[in-house]
This record gives sequence, structure tokens and C-alpha cells, in this order.
Amino acid sequence: MRRTRLLQYEEFTSFLSSLMAILAGLLVGLVILLISNAEDAFPAFLTILKGGFTDGTKGLAQVIYFAIPIIMTGLSVGFAFKTGLFNIGASGQFTMGAFVAIYIGIKWTFVPEGIHWLVALLGAMAAGAVWGSGPGILKAFFNVNEVITSIMMNYIGMYLVNMSIVKTVYDSLKNQTKPVLKSAVLPKAGMDKLFNTSNVSIGIFIVILAVIVIYIILQKTTFGYELKACGSNKEASRYAGINEKKSLILSMVIAGALSGLGGGLLYLSGSGKYIHVLDVLAPEGFSGISVALLGMSHPIGVFLAGLFIAHLEVGGFNIQLYNFVPEIIDMIIAVIIYCGAFALLFKQIIKRLLFKPVEEKAQDVKEPVKSSVISDDDYPVKPDVEEGIQTEMGAGNESPVVDTKTEENDTVQREEDI
Amino acid sequence: MSTVYFIAQQTMYFAIPLLIVALGGMFSERSGIVNIALEGIMVIGAFFGIGFIHIFQNSMSGQSLLLLAVLVSALAGAIFSLFHAFAAINLRADQTISGTALNMLAPAFAVYTARMIQGVQQIQFMDTFYIRSVPILGDIPILGPILFKNAYITTYIGLLIAIASWFVINHTRFGLRLRACGEHPQAADSVGINVYRIRYAGVIISGILAGIGGLTFVVPTSTNFNATVAGYGFLAIAVLIFGQWRTKKVFVAAFFFGIMKTFASAYSGIPFLKGLPISNEVYKMIPYIATLIVLTFSSKNSQAPRAEGIPYDKGSR
Repeated sequence: MRRTRLLQYEEFTSFLSSLMAILAGLLVGLVILLISNAEDAFPAFLTILKGGFTDGTKGLAQVIYFAIPIIMTGLSVGFAFKTGLFNIGASGQFTMGAFVAIYIGIKWTFVPEGIHWLVALLGAMAAGAVWGSGPGILKAFFNVNEVITSIMMNYIGMYLVNMSIVKTVYDSLKNQTKPVLKSAVLPKAGMDKLFNTSNVSIGIFIVILAVIVIYIILQKTTFGYELKACGSNKEASRYAGINEKKSLILSMVIAGALSGLGGGLLYLSGSGKYIHVLDVLAPEGFSGISVALLGMSHPIGVFLAGLFIAHLEVGGFNIQLYNFVPEIIDMIIAVIIYCGAFALLFKQIIKRLLFKPVEEKAQDVKEPVKSSVISDDDYPVKPDVEEGIQTEMGAGNESPVVDTKTEENDTVQREEDI
Repeated sequence: MSTVYFIAQQTMYFAIPLLIVALGGMFSERSGIVNIALEGIMVIGAFFGIGFIHIFQNSMSGQSLLLLAVLVSALAGAIFSLFHAFAAINLRADQTISGTALNMLAPAFAVYTARMIQGVQQIQFMDTFYIRSVPILGDIPILGPILFKNAYITTYIGLLIAIASWFVINHTRFGLRLRACGEHPQAADSVGINVYRIRYAGVIISGILAGIGGLTFVVPTSTNFNATVAGYGFLAIAVLIFGQWRTKKVFVAAFFFGIMKTFASAYSGIPFLKGLPISNEVYKMIPYIATLIVLTFSSKNSQAPRAEGIPYDKGSR
């Protein structure tokens, strides 16, 4: 019986199905490795699994360093998903934030030393917010699809930043930005000594703070509830007295600020990272989509997903020792995300495996379409926009767990209706 | 006058791939499946098409090789799009998820395979497909230089695809069924249309066209394939929305964007623009800003397919 209880928790089955998606992804990765070079495949695979744990504290620091920007863009995309928007523009917001942080970090020498980095980060957030507000305003007042405006804003942002760099903080020899002042680099607070490398700073704590703030906004405040409500049904929200235009714009502003902060955190980390003047969109923005999907748009899920992807990426970097190409990691992550789409199927398998006693139920689930009783209630008609991915992940979770009584009642009631 | 011809010829290189891919997206979306995997499908199409050219360029050359490569790209795109179709139609998954996954998978696959086989990720190819002037047709005044000089055969394939798409969507039984599935699948089902099959067809057509589009993008603009199509898949989605999911409007949108893009990248070849004291980056921004402005004033009534993005469940009410 304890098993049954455990399975009734939506989170638990979601977690298990995510785990299965991860296993499937890793398995595909292993197969690809075996096909390309059977001899070195297993040691390389172990290296991927070990990921950030390969190099002691330095490896862990590397994971954190990789994770910071993609967690922030992931939070941004995930937050927008929760409020019914697809923020494909995290890339542009990230770039704008990064540039403004660097600009303040170099040019604003009048800011007192102790708070210089903080001012630069706030500037990055503001820049991201402004860039995010564009698609929000256009959607609220002119009904322009936010996907297309975000894509346009990505390119405009990239070119604008390239132009501004050349005019203000350009290192023409290396075709990149100049290094920021020491006072603008994020404080280390002893982290560099703890991890024995200079890559780490208090950045990860700021990320954790952002995760907590977003969690509280979404789950514990009226404001967050209004944002989510507008995402799932604009008309109903307006009817309930919510200013849906304001909510929509604020959603995009917050999402933009998160991406912008990510840009600031990466380029102020003092790790020797500079913006190169190239006509290429920042890839961190698109990684954010993957992180958000893998984390099911939940702030804490996004945090873990970011760490996990960063962990794999460190592993991918290390397998070059065996002459493998690091892009294998992207393939593994892609398969994991794709298998996230199988969540419904996985859940049924999980329940069938762990829930043998009720055989008939499992059979019902096998053919959901034909069995009218189950398919009506247990499968969502359409994934509502508010929960987006979560619905998919959590869909059908009640089916086999529903104890026989309620279902019988249900059937009886319906017969009465007739 | 030669400037006008120059702009027209350059526009084709940008507009045709956008047009083909956006039309592909149209087939998928009007059947009710959002396809943001276009970028990934383009990469796969280009990868296999260019790979085919790379392998066979010593034994073949010219238009026959390119036409075969187009077929290879189409096939690769169709097969790759099946992943999206399976997740979106059979598993009723969120269509953003599988689209994003495929967008991530495609370039990684291209880089990985190329590097594992030949050591470097760029796939070189010889451009034996350039047409200086089409015989007879190239000598027609005005139209000749615009359409039939300095061209690639893919330009004509693209224009043919546009005409065929318009005809199929608007004037065939299949087109009507496709549109019905995108607007109200339950109604379509009630009159005996197999929604799943129609949606599969829509996604596969989008895969074929996006695959061809990937090859069409790479061949005129480069001599190697570097596992990327420079965001053209996403731009094609923008063109599709810009074009309100209608063939004619998509055509106009693709060429609007193509002309803007031509000004942006080839302005130094246009005497009038070269003299202006405007920075390079401003020109590059113009296509995107212009699109935003046009959209702002034309989006009040969106004509998106109504059932777009909603998985169809036969049992639902």
C-alpha cells in the first residue's frame, strides 16, 4: 500500500519519468559512442557520467560556471512558459544585459567601488527588462505574436550590441570587449579559495536568490497568480478584474530581466570571458529553452536541470581526450528533452511496473482512446497554456492510481445522467 | 538599371530559401501542428544534401547533381520530421518540446558526424551549379536579367513550390482537409477525415520543404556547410506569421524580407547607399526593424489556424 500512496504524488511520477528520459538519452549517447569507436566508448561514457566530478573542486567550479548563465535564461524562458508566453528572445535579452554590465563595468568609474558590480548587475537586469518589454508591449497592444517579435529583437539586439561595443568598449586587436574594472568583477567571498580556482564567485548565490524569488512570485503571491491566470485564459482573467495587458507586459519584463541578469553574471565573473564582435546570436538564450523544458518550467527544476546540463557539458569537454567530439552532449540532451515528450508513455510504463495488483486498470490504460471511461477524464483535452509543459509531464497521472471506487461512482453518475 | 538587376538577383538568394521553408511551415501549421523544428530540419536537409554533393562531385557535376541533392535533402528532411510528427500526433506531446529537441539534435548530429568521418566539421563542395545566363530566356529584356541571369536552378524550384503550394492548399481536396484539421479537427473527424493521417502529411510536407530549403540556403551563399543555417529556420517562422499563414502573403513577406536583407548585406554594391554615412550594423538591423514595424500595423487580426498547437485527441469532447 505504501507504494500506492507514493505513486499518488504527481511530483514523484513526474520525477520518475524524467529519470527515464535521462536514462534513454544516456543510452542513445552510449550507442552513438559505440558506433563511432567501440574501443574507447565505455571509458568515454564513464567520463561523461562523471562530468564535473572528474577534476576535483575545479570540475565542480566549472559546472557552476557553465550552469549560471543557462539557469538564468532557463528561469527566464520557464517563467514566460508559466505565464503562457514563449520567450524565444532570451538570447537578445541576455546579450543586452551582458553589454550593459560590461559598459557600466568599464565606463561608470564614478560609482563607489564597493557597489560597482551591483550597479552593473542592476543595469544588466534593466537592459534585459527593456528588451523583454518590447515583445510584451507589442503583444499587449498590437496583438503581435511574441515569438516573431522575440526573434526579431534577438537580431536587433545582437547588431545593436556589436555596434555599441565598437563605439565604446572595443578592443580592436582582439575584436572583443575590453576587460571590466576590478571593482565591477563579482566578489569572490572566499569561493575561489574554497574551490581552488578563480572561475567561481558569489554569482551562484545570486542565481539561487533569483530562483527563490521566482518561486515565491509564482507560487505564493497574488501577483504571480494573476500572471499565470492571464497565461491560461486571457478573457476569464479580464472578467475577473485582472489587467491582462499589464500582466502580459510585466511577465515579459521579468523574463527579460532574468536573462539580462544572466548575461551580467557571466561577463562580470572575472573568468576572462569577453563578448566577441561576431554576427552570431548568443547560444545561452537557446540553451535556456532546453533547461526550462528539462526543468518543467519549475524554478527549482530549472535550477537542477541547469546544473545537470552543465555537468554533462563538462563531461563532454573531457571526452575530447578520447578523440570524441563534445557535440555528443548536445545530442544526449536533445534526446532527453525529446523523451520528455514521452512522459505520458513513460508514466504508464512506470505504473504498470510498480502497480501490478490492478491488472485490469493497466490494460485500460493501454488503449486510452478506445476506453471511453478513462479517456474522458484522465487525459487532458488540451494542455492548457498556463501549465504548458507541466501538464504534459503530469498528464494522465491519476489514471491507474484512481481507486476503483471513485471510478465506479463516476460511471454510475453518468448512467444516472442518461 | 544594372543596380536593379543586381538587387533582384541577390534578393533571390535570401528570399527563396525563406519562401520554401515558410511554405513548409505553413503546411504543418495549417494542419494544426506547430513546427518550430524547421531550423533543425533545414540543417539536416543541408547536411545530407551537401554531403551527397561532396561524395559524388567527382563523378557528376552541374544541374543533375544538384537536382539529385535536392531529392536527398527532401528525403532527409521528411524522415527527420517524422520524429516531430510522432511526438506531436501520436504522443500528443507539447509541440515546443519536440521542436526544440530536434533543433538541438540536428546541428549536433551534423557536427558530430562530419567530425567523426572527416575530422573537420565543414563539408566542402564545388559550386558547379551557377547559371550565368539561361539560354534564350536570359536574353528577354528586363525579365531576363532579373530572373534568368546569375541564378541557381533552386530559384525556379522555389517558385514552382510556391505555385504548387498555393494550388494544393486552396484548390485540392487534400488542401481543404488539411485546413479543416487545423481549424476544427473534431469537425473534420466527424465527416470521416482521418485527422492523424492528414496531420502526418502536413508535417512530412513541411519536412520535405524545409530540407530542400536548407540546401537552397547553403548552395548559393557558400562553398562549405558548417552545420548551421544561420537562424533561417526561425526567420522562416517569422515570415510565416508575417504572412498570416496564407501562401500569397507568405510569398510577399519572404520577398519583403529578402529585399531588406539584400540591402543590408550588399549595400556596398549599391552606389546610392554606399555614400550614406550609416554604420554597417544599422543596415543589418533594418530587415528586422522593418518587419517589426510592418507587423505592428498588420497584426490586429491574426489568422492563425485555430487548432494550432493543440494535440488532437479522438476521445475528447
